[in-house]
Amino acid sequence: MPLRVAIARKTWPTFCDAQVVLVILFSAALGAQAISTPYDVRQIAPGVFVHEGRYELFTPSNSGDVSNTGFIIGRDGVAVIDTGGSPRVGAELLKAIRARTDLPIKYVINTHMHPDHVFGNAAFEDEKPTFVGHHKLPRALAARADRYLKANEELLGEEAFDGTQIIPPTLLVEDKLELDLGGRVVILEAHKTAHTDNDVTVYDKQTGTLFLGDLLFVKHVPALDGSIRGWLALLDQLSQRKDVARVVPGHGPASVDWPNALAAEKRYLARIADDVRAFIKQGRTLAQAAKEAGLSEKDAWLLFEEYHARNVSAAFAELEWE
Amino acid sequence: MPIATNAGKFFVTLVTALAVAFAALPARADDDPWPDIQRDVFDNRQIIEEDGTITLEAPYRAEDAAIVPLTMRMPETVAGDVVSLTLVIDKNPAPVAATFHFGDAAGNGERVLSTRVRIDMYSNVRAVIETNDGKLHMATKFVKASGGCSAPASKDAEEALANLGKMRIKLFNPPTLANATSNTREAQVMIRHPNFSGMQMDQLTHLYTPAKFVQELEIKRGGALVFRMEGGISISENPNFRFTFGAAEDETLHVTAKDTDGSVFTAKSADKSS
Repeated sequence: MPLRVAIARKTWPTFCDAQVVLVILFSAALGAQAISTPYDVRQIAPGVFVHEGRYELFTPSNSGDVSNTGFIIGRDGVAVIDTGGSPRVGAELLKAIRARTDLPIKYVINTHMHPDHVFGNAAFEDEKPTFVGHHKLPRALAARADRYLKANEELLGEEAFDGTQIIPPTLLVEDKLELDLGGRVVILEAHKTAHTDNDVTVYDKQTGTLFLGDLLFVKHVPALDGSIRGWLALLDQLSQRKDVARVVPGHGPASVDWPNALAAEKRYLARIADDVRAFIKQGRTLAQAAKEAGLSEKDAWLLFEEYHARNVSAAFAELEWE
Repeated sequence: MPIATNAGKFFVTLVTALAVAFAALPARADDDPWPDIQRDVFDNRQIIEEDGTITLEAPYRAEDAAIVPLTMRMPETVAGDVVSLTLVIDKNPAPVAATFHFGDAAGNGERVLSTRVRIDMYSNVRAVIETNDGKLHMATKFVKASGGCSAPASKDAEEALANLGKMRIKLFNPPTLANATSNTREAQVMIRHPNFSGMQMDQLTHLYTPAKFVQELEIKRGGALVFRMEGGISISENPNFRFTFGAAEDETLHVTAKDTDGSVFTAKSADKSS
């Protein structure tokens, strides 16, 4: 999720608000540092756990818990896939792991550079894992460090931001990389520019579970910070895979069907690409496209207002060079 | 060692320290930088505001602060008298985004010029034209944006450098303007250039990348000048200009761009029918 100042955000139904308020009061009474709702993780396949993040922008009350995180438990150790948007979310994830296993956390994998997927890394430092990511991830994070840190502090507030630091990977995925968790091999693959220029997918061979990171958005409108052409091409290529039983999106339900779950995102990106190409062909401008292109997708997605026009702008700036 | 010299040195040091301290003070949000800009850039000359000789179109909320589209329009009644257009973004680190000096080939019909800029924080954006009677006219728009100048230049770093200096010239025939006269032509010039603002962190060294941007751009129709631009770091990556110009026998556009490293890029439009 690229950062964006919270101007208009979706609100939860009232009954949820009441629940949230109660939890906040309860936490406050205990002096707890916990985030304001329970950090649920679901076992989606044997030894594979996923937390479904909220469909929100960063706010002080969600502490940056707006993306999916997960972990895979092998015989000898654990691999964590993404860590949430703050050390506080990372700590909740660590707690959820520790409720299920005492095995060492061998790897913390970041699927790409966005703060909601990497800013929980700090919570895992004491576990001494190897941090793993795309070979372009260190550069991408370094280039954006100042801006990400500043924006996150503004959006999350001092308390939830506390302890945030950028921890880049030291084990880099050039093309493919196998990690052994003890009788359980996890295969990482680095992709060409799509959602970002540093997307990595994580495949658990034993269960056929594929973590797609933000290459897949379900319910939450996709956010384009790489290449729309690259992303569409990669989705075509990925959809050919026959060894996948289920996938985990970066935003969306913890586990979704393969390859059907790709359909909505493909349709959205293709709609933008088609509309933008038509605008360019008609000699219309980026400003016009940002207002009008792709609006047929409006009701199909959460957070559409927050991301769509920027997706169109990015697509326009890319496609006008075709 | 004479005390006076020491005192003098101390004084110089103090003044320097104060100057540095003041220069380093972050501008308060409510500080209005415009009076200083008006003094430094326009020599405190009188500026006529919002009189319709220049209009500025800008989004109220920028979708992407690193590519904020701006369109400036000068109606047919004054277009031929416009000598230059200065684009100012009050709160950017270097407020003058660009100055366009128009030539004979800019034409006499409605004059339209669009480009894309970086906007670093909520700011007024101003288009100031000078007409040949020496008067200044201005249109102002407030734009909500943030972080445009420090945003990393490229979504795909390799691609940006691999294509450095590539240009594309598009002619819109007929022009897309609603009220174009038969003598008005419209074109777009696109240049592949990261236009490093000098505020982006180098990805490998963690040092700030020195500014490297398109400093000069000259567009000619045949041998006649459409406009010459002096640009700054506020022009977006892959500088993009869409503009009107006057019809002529030879409508081939010749574009020359020069960046701060002294690299020169040139291109010319294909024949008129393209």
